Amino acid sequence: MKLFIVIAAFNEGKSISKVIKDLRSHNYNNIVVVDDGSKDNTYSEIKKQKVHALRHIINRGQGASLQTGIDYALKQGADIIITFDADGQHRVEDIPEMIKPIINNECDATLGSRFLRKTKMPFFRKLTLKIAVLMIFITFGIRMTDAHNGFRAFSRDAAQKIKITSDRMEHASQIIEEIHKKRIKYKEIPVIIRYTEETLKHGHGSFIQGIRVLARTFIRKILE
Amino acid sequence: MITIIQIILILFAVFAWSRAGLRIKDKEIGVGEFAFWSVIWIGVIIFASLPGILEWISKIFGIARPTDFAVYIGIIVLFYLVFRAYVNLDKQSKEITRLVREIAIKKKK
Repeated sequence: MKLFIVIAAFNEGKSISKVIKDLRSHNYNNIVVVDDGSKDNTYSEIKKQKVHALRHIINRGQGASLQTGIDYALKQGADIIITFDADGQHRVEDIPEMIKPIINNECDATLGSRFLRKTKMPFFRKLTLKIAVLMIFITFGIRMTDAHNGFRAFSRDAAQKIKITSDRMEHASQIIEEIHKKRIKYKEIPVIIRYTEETLKHGHGSFIQGIRVLARTFIRKILE
Repeated sequence: MITIIQIILILFAVFAWSRAGLRIKDKEIGVGEFAFWSVIWIGVIIFASLPGILEWISKIFGIARPTDFAVYIGIIVLFYLVFRAYVNLDKQSKEITRLVREIAIKKKK
């Protein structure tokens, strides 16, 4: 079974090598890294590693990068695709649990949840993520515990069905919408997110970003 | 008697309409878009030269002052144009993303 790890990286020069080395030390060798037009040394760092290095010539956002990586992995014959963050907040140790239900044909997609296990996180981040969960429930009627976790696994079939057209951070809600619309069987898996100063600096899941994501999702809904 | 503002409005509308005409001649816009701009600018010419019509229409809509009616219409048209510009921008942004993504995959081959 061909497992591919897709990583979208934007200005992650400091952490990307460590993340790749960590994955490779656990024998995950099919790693696709999409440098999303970084201004730092991310691309040169990726090129030093034994990975499939792709590059967006200009920055297009995490959603666009993930779709590029997924398309590439599918072309390489991936059976299972994992989306993994470039800043080191996901644990490689959680990968086996993420892919197990897909290998056992229990479902076609697994979504990491930081709320199924006790994870220490700043109050405002927790509040923002819970609001996102509520919005997902109001908009799509899907009950989830964590709506914006970048740790996901898809079977080949699910990866082919899911089309990410939201370039920026709102892709996370779109993926859930796609899963719902295309009736892809999914399961939430408890994962631990490592919050470091570096990951918190990026603002993934920050309150302001949450508002931005909400506004963009709303506009996308109007335009559809 | 025709006022200066009416003359300015008519001249501007004629100028803007002629620009739309030039753009359809150069095939930069389609028939639909030309028709839209024609309605707008012909409307401006009619209302500017015959303000009585505007007064009559505004009364039908229950708006006391014709100028208020003109401002309301102007705001609605502007909202529509901003929305259209946003849709176009969004479309172009998606095209750029598609291009960037394709280049990334093709370069890797």
